[in-house]
Amino acid sequence: MADKKHSDHHQEQHWVWKYVFSVDHKVIGLQYLITSFLFLLFGFGLLMLLRWQLAYPGQPVPLFGRFLPEALAPGGVLMPHFYNALGAMHGTIMVFLGMVPLGVGGYGNYILPLQIGAPDMAFPRLNMMSYWVYVVGGILMLSSFFIPGGAAQSGWTSYPPLADISPGQTMWLVAMIFVITSSLLGSINFIVTTLNMRAQGMTLSKMPIFVWGQLVTAVLLLLAFPPLEAAAVLQVMDRVFGTSFYLPTGLVIFGQTLDVSGGGHPLLWQHLFWFLAHPEVYVLILPAIGIVAEIIANNTRKPLFGYKEIVASMLFLGVMSFLVWAHHMYLAGMSSKLSNFFLVTTLIISVPSVAILTCLILSLRGASIRYSVPMLFALAFLPLFGIGGLTGLPLGLTTTDIYLHDTYYVIGHFHYVVVTGSLIALMGGVYYWFPKWFGRRMDDFWGKVHFWGTVITMNGIFFPMFIQGLAGVQRRLYDPTAQAHNLPTQPLNVVSSVFAWLLFLAQIPFIWNFFYSMFKGKKSEENPWKATTLEWACPSPPPHGNFETPPKVYRGPYEYSVPGAKTDWTPQHVET
Amino acid sequence: MTESNYGWGLPTAASTFAKEIDFGIYLIHAAMFAIFILWGIFFVYLLIRYRARPGVAAKHEEHGILASLIPDFIVLAFELCLIFLYAIPSWSRIKVETPGAQDSLTVEVTAEQFAWDIHYPGPDGKFGRRDPALVHASNVLGLDPNDPSALDDIVTVNEMHIPLGRPTLMGLTSKDVIHSFFVPDFRIKQDAVPGMRIPVWFEPTKTGKFEIGCAQLCGFGHALMRGDVFVHAPKEFENWLVDQKPALNPTGK
Repeated sequence: MADKKHSDHHQEQHWVWKYVFSVDHKVIGLQYLITSFLFLLFGFGLLMLLRWQLAYPGQPVPLFGRFLPEALAPGGVLMPHFYNALGAMHGTIMVFLGMVPLGVGGYGNYILPLQIGAPDMAFPRLNMMSYWVYVVGGILMLSSFFIPGGAAQSGWTSYPPLADISPGQTMWLVAMIFVITSSLLGSINFIVTTLNMRAQGMTLSKMPIFVWGQLVTAVLLLLAFPPLEAAAVLQVMDRVFGTSFYLPTGLVIFGQTLDVSGGGHPLLWQHLFWFLAHPEVYVLILPAIGIVAEIIANNTRKPLFGYKEIVASMLFLGVMSFLVWAHHMYLAGMSSKLSNFFLVTTLIISVPSVAILTCLILSLRGASIRYSVPMLFALAFLPLFGIGGLTGLPLGLTTTDIYLHDTYYVIGHFHYVVVTGSLIALMGGVYYWFPKWFGRRMDDFWGKVHFWGTVITMNGIFFPMFIQGLAGVQRRLYDPTAQAHNLPTQPLNVVSSVFAWLLFLAQIPFIWNFFYSMFKGKKSEENPWKATTLEWACPSPPPHGNFETPPKVYRGPYEYSVPGAKTDWTPQHVET
Repeated sequence: MTESNYGWGLPTAASTFAKEIDFGIYLIHAAMFAIFILWGIFFVYLLIRYRARPGVAAKHEEHGILASLIPDFIVLAFELCLIFLYAIPSWSRIKVETPGAQDSLTVEVTAEQFAWDIHYPGPDGKFGRRDPALVHASNVLGLDPNDPSALDDIVTVNEMHIPLGRPTLMGLTSKDVIHSFFVPDFRIKQDAVPGMRIPVWFEPTKTGKFEIGCAQLCGFGHALMRGDVFVHAPKEFENWLVDQKPALNPTGK
């Protein structure tokens, strides 16, 4: 309707305003989606080089080695500072430019307004701005590879004093300030949209789990990112203006006394950083849980088990995620008595996660499970996220963390959570909502090839890391063969690397399937999955303004297989 | 000797609390394994039992919400046991309480890019004053020659010699960036933070040579930052100590 009025009065929009600087949440959603997938691919690509060095330390990188600049990789052999830059940039790009924008900017933008029956986001121009601020941040981050000194090389956690004195870090900080600002703008938009723009009858208790996940995520972003933004500004001050917020008195770097006023404290950064970065874990996981819940409800053809329990758990997770940050710092030098507090909160926060997982698994009971491609991804999420959660236990427990902290065990743990957990779910979401985005379907066969290729190789990469961690292999080692205790498990580095390269290959069917199906895929019906939620109540792809008439909501989100109903799905907007 | 300490599992347990930490690691892994297997069997059963079949509809009604909370409470109970019966008491023994200085060997350990400087008080038992401004290639810790108690201090680099039979009590700090002191065989790890002096203790239970690694990214040489702890029989350790020359007067004149 809005669209018709619009075009009556104006000329047809120029393509630049329609597809590039668009204020339509669907275009912005797809822009976010494709941009963040590209960043994920790039961040993962960096790892191809890094994994070579880990598997075959000191040997020239085959094929690509010759294209690397002499200063970074003489003769194709990675230099240690370049290795550190690859590590830092991999983490930063995957988390801040890949996963968050994908889960929130991509899925949230496209799906959330549709699922609550809104014509657009509450602040469309703000929405466009948050995308473009993110793009600027991303470009700055990538361009840091080309500045003198190279990209940031102090890990994605950027602990000072190392980060205060290492090259490339200023660019990282400036890029991060853009990315954080983008997320803040987006989070305000999501909260206002969810609270104010719901269709008639869409009470909070009728919102799909996906919307709940996005709402809690937005609140976390809004509250957790400002401390990191402040921390980043302080680090810029330390680097550019000679302050010493994070630098104590009397630092001696390679025999030279550092000429700074001192009086700062390195742990200040860690507290501010982890105050963001622990809620950040839930920013990565809640949108994924939302997607998995949608796919499971739809493909089990029955209501989700324990809707209220899941929502309550998500809210509880959101609150608790602000009280656990220092479990990353048991050994950082903070008071060892304080650790007991964070130990207790950390183990408490595992309970709602267990509750959510339990509900999702019990949703399968009494179901009629359709093994569609998105369902395969959603089902794989359950046990693999489970491994991620379980392996958090010995890390969250203070005593066992003494040994396992900063080893490969940690890397294995959080990759199981974020990659085989979140990313698997976010990939499944593509197969699920693709018909909505483009009015066409992705190919099932190549979808299954992608699924099995991805799941098997991911386990091949991350599982050996637990064994390495138990053997005491530390993180972030340029040359894992330099220390005697790391030598016996070195063959596992080769295993991980080979699977990492295979995982890269396994994405080719996905990329091909995505772009081929976008133009040539089988035409889809309006509601191909026979789903109940509102995003399927408008045409695919939805026109500007989404719904022809504002929808009204009569029931909860997952009314499948209602006894006595004509079909096994009863949409939210259909009055019976 | 060193090679045999390390394999695919946990390294040899060579400190008094290593077994205690290992107990936790084994217990939690056994529990994790059991939970995963039980859930896995149930999960696979559900996947097969409730696959879509023609003529069989899904059940709309929902029952057993309360029963679904049972696993949550089992997990909670198990975790509370872990916290109060295991983690808090053992953490207190290892990280909160420290042995008395009079019963221990006291050393100061200073990390730097990319080495471990070990500082012994020498025969007078007193650590000399250190000043960052005096740091020099021949005086890595910046010992003050005007302080009489510094004159007999002993400094070793990347080699830490300690006796069997009593605890070693270290003061851990760093000159430049954050490092982390990690001896896998002792199951001890602690970040070394510039501007802070953090007490760390352990008591070896075996003689031999054990690797020190750095567990916190500290720059381009992070992987090469390593050292060794040599655990000697008490007598042997005294002999080693007597043979050492003071750091400020290495020629002994």
